[in-house]
Amino acid sequence: MEDSFIKALSNIVGEQYTLSDPESLACYGYDSTPELQSRPGAVVLPGTAEEISKVLALCNGTGVRVTPRGSGTNLSGGSISFDAGVVLQTSRMNRIVEIDEENLTATVETGVITSTLHREVEAKGLFYPPDPGSMNISTMGGNVAENSGGLRGLKYGVTDDYVMGLKTILPDGEVLKTGGKVVKDVAGYNLNQLLVSSEGTLGVFTEVTVKLIPKPQAKKTMLVHFPQLEQAALTVSHIIAARIIPATLEFLDRTTIKCVEDYAHVGLPLDVDAVLLIEVDGHPAQVEEDAAGIRDICERHHCSFFQTAASTEEALKLATARRVALSALARVRPTTILEDATVPRSCIAPMVKLIQDTAKKYDLLIGTFGHAGDGNLHPTCLTDERNPDEIKRAHQAFGEIFDATIAMGGTITGEHGVGVAKKKYLPKLVGESGLRVMRGIKGAFDPRGTLNPGKIF
Amino acid sequence: MEYVKLINCMRCGMCLPHCPTYKETFLETASPRGRVALVRKFQEGELVESEKFLEYVSLCLDCQACASACPCGVNAGELVAEFRCERKQEQGLSTMEDLILRKLVPHPDRLEAATAPLRLYQRTGLQKVVRSLGLLKVFPSALGRMEGLLPKLPAAPLRQTISEVTPAVGEQKGTVGFFLGCVMSLIFSEASLATVELLSTLGYKVVTPKDQKCCGAPNMLGHDIDGLKDAARFNTDLFQSQELDFVVTDCGGCGAELKKYGHHLDGEAAATAFSTKVRDISEILATEAATLKDKLKPLPIKVTYHDPCHIAHCQGIRSQPRALINLIPGIDFRELPEADACCGSAGTYNIEKPEMSDRVLSRKVQNVQKTGADYLVTSNPGCLLQLKKALAEATPPVKVIHLTELLQMSLNA
Ligand SMILES: Cc1cc2nc3c(=O)[nH]c(=O)nc-3n(C[C@H](O)[C@H](O)[C@H](O)COP(=O)(O)OP(=O)(O)OC[C@H]3O[C@@H](n4cnc5c(N)ncnc54)[C@H](O)[C@@H]3O)c2cc1C
Ligand code: SF4
Ligand code: SF4
Repeated sequence: MEDSFIKALSNIVGEQYTLSDPESLACYGYDSTPELQSRPGAVVLPGTAEEISKVLALCNGTGVRVTPRGSGTNLSGGSISFDAGVVLQTSRMNRIVEIDEENLTATVETGVITSTLHREVEAKGLFYPPDPGSMNISTMGGNVAENSGGLRGLKYGVTDDYVMGLKTILPDGEVLKTGGKVVKDVAGYNLNQLLVSSEGTLGVFTEVTVKLIPKPQAKKTMLVHFPQLEQAALTVSHIIAARIIPATLEFLDRTTIKCVEDYAHVGLPLDVDAVLLIEVDGHPAQVEEDAAGIRDICERHHCSFFQTAASTEEALKLATARRVALSALARVRPTTILEDATVPRSCIAPMVKLIQDTAKKYDLLIGTFGHAGDGNLHPTCLTDERNPDEIKRAHQAFGEIFDATIAMGGTITGEHGVGVAKKKYLPKLVGESGLRVMRGIKGAFDPRGTLNPGKIF
Repeated sequence: MEYVKLINCMRCGMCLPHCPTYKETFLETASPRGRVALVRKFQEGELVESEKFLEYVSLCLDCQACASACPCGVNAGELVAEFRCERKQEQGLSTMEDLILRKLVPHPDRLEAATAPLRLYQRTGLQKVVRSLGLLKVFPSALGRMEGLLPKLPAAPLRQTISEVTPAVGEQKGTVGFFLGCVMSLIFSEASLATVELLSTLGYKVVTPKDQKCCGAPNMLGHDIDGLKDAARFNTDLFQSQELDFVVTDCGGCGAELKKYGHHLDGEAAATAFSTKVRDISEILATEAATLKDKLKPLPIKVTYHDPCHIAHCQGIRSQPRALINLIPGIDFRELPEADACCGSAGTYNIEKPEMSDRVLSRKVQNVQKTGADYLVTSNPGCLLQLKKALAEATPPVKVIHLTELLQMSLNA
């Protein structure tokens, strides 16, 4: 990248926050996606929306591409710049602007870390439900851009269900305000929802207003062991069919259990096929009733052990164990290829079975965990990038798994986004007309193709 | 360095919120994930050892918070330290490093003699004059910083005044060796005396070999592997020649190093046996909680606890010190936010990287102030030095003491 351009960037955001040395560029060439790497031309860390607007106007005018970045924890290559453009990291924009207790909303700058928002609103007896496994690291902007889901998605929904208003800088530097604090709003197209899950391709969010709800009064966390995988999967379907909606209904298979236990030492069993982590919350009486109903269903499906967390600490320990599942799997082999296959919940059992059979067929080690309650599974292939043959087999296996997912009426990504990693599967899912409409929308927001090119389609 | 250790990092970022330098800068180059990437790219030949490269690598505090946080078992701090060691072995020690690490540190008497003028300087009132005249400003900045941190030194180092054998009070339960540690003995001898008295009150005969040498941590910091091995061999032989149930230390840094002797000496049987006997004082005391509880008298004070990196992250000791503090009747214990975040002391980091050290420190000070505590308890000399000074200057000031001093206060109340 030319010195004069770097100079122009640093005139906007300051020298300290403009990076172009090879070391910095190398460190901004990755996110949490396996196998993907590429060096940007420069990195900026703006401190205000005005600075972002000026950076975008400058780049848009000179034909330089911009890739927005929060904490770089996404799993689809979304925050990597593949065309030596500018990476724009929002971490310095981390103010909580307002917690409005009358309207039950919170407005934050998009660099705020998700769990920081949780802490602040919970201190006021309020609740922001979306809690991705990465919530201690990911930014609110990243969550909005990826429409992140979390462990509580089953009952409370995902980020999309909470975004009420956005302040977005368009590629030419203009500010677009969508939504706000009003609960009902049907004026024109729902741009707010369109922007959620736009993966940094339509605009850069600088501020988000989210809906809050009252903090549930009570909760109960349960851990259930199943000697047989089928039984665990059936239990999930039957809990939902019994019209009990837990906040959390998570699944871990044998491979995952072992890795998590190795790291977290929470006393997970090493001799069962699967465990379910279940959490119910709400009114104390309802919580009791739901927990009893769940216990009954688990026992009917031959669980071998049913544990209810005795204290908040114990409950937290169990939930944390689930949150580290992905990283813990990486202990086994150096390269972890994680997928995000999502099926209708009634198909959980056949899907898990199919994943296991495919792993066997291609001679691979695949651990599966995920948000079973919403059909969102994360088959995770444990490989070694230094073994090209194994990597090839892994991709073949995932190709088959995705074909099956689509055939079951599922989708290629439930929460991680398409980015670069899932691009090749998108046409199969949305078809020609889907792609045409999406391209049209991109053109309307970003006619010069400045923002995060090469992602999604 | 084993390449596979580097590629084990899956870049999940789980370590980011725990890294003090990342929290201050939000820069990938100042994060554990970024540091692993830097070293990896160096090994792959994609980056060279430029000045910037070394600057980034040396900004790591080696606090190991990332290792505690990493679910994949990657230890970014250690990888960076290993990298620096490897580079050092190629370059060799500088004259100054040789002087300090080989000719001074391993010889307790020379070290004590070297600090003698300081004692004199402090006690003759010269220190006041120097400070009030602002003469420190003309010193090279590193020296000035070091001088500023030093509290009032005891009249003599503990190594010189303690008897080799301190008998058990009452019935003898066992025999423990006491590992003094240079800075504890030189500067915090009162705390170490409290440690020995606590052990003997609880029925332990305490043996303190006078010949013991520095644990070798400064050599490790200076990337002097050979010096480290010499220290490990010497101390192993010295302590293994006695009949000891445990080897106890009240210095987090020494404890972490002594527990690694087996590893440093490539699994040598004697060194491994020695390492398995090493206990931090809080580990031993925690097993004596019932006995101790009966002896402790009420202290109506507000207390918080700072986890030294070498205790929490390197030795995994977190619950014992808190349990011990809570044994004291009437004490008002308040958990410190981000208690196990580094205080910025980190060996000689506070002298070498003053700017980042100060930023990390001021975050710690603000967190301490949030608790409203009158006392901050901790158990590592580096933290004591750094925090004593900063918290004496805070408003309102907070007293900083070693865990064993707090327990002794309660015993004698
Ligand atoms: C261990 C682990 C667990 C995870 N668990 C979950 C989970 O349970 N559920 C889930 O949904 N995801 C999960 N993820 C994926 C990831 O954490 C989420 O996608 C998260 O929302 C990314 O946030 P980020 O701040 O890191 O964004 P980044 O990764 O930096 O960016 C993500 C995308 O958003 C864009 N973007 C970022 N900020 C902005 C902005 N201000 N304006 C416009 N575009 C922007 C980027 O261009 C990129 O395309 C997990 C990841 C890891 C590593
Ligand atoms: S060092 Fe560990 S926690 Fe940090 S990114 Fe790498 S694997 Fe994740
Ligand atoms: S050792 Fe400390 S400073 Fe260094 S990378 Fe790890 S957490 Fe950060």
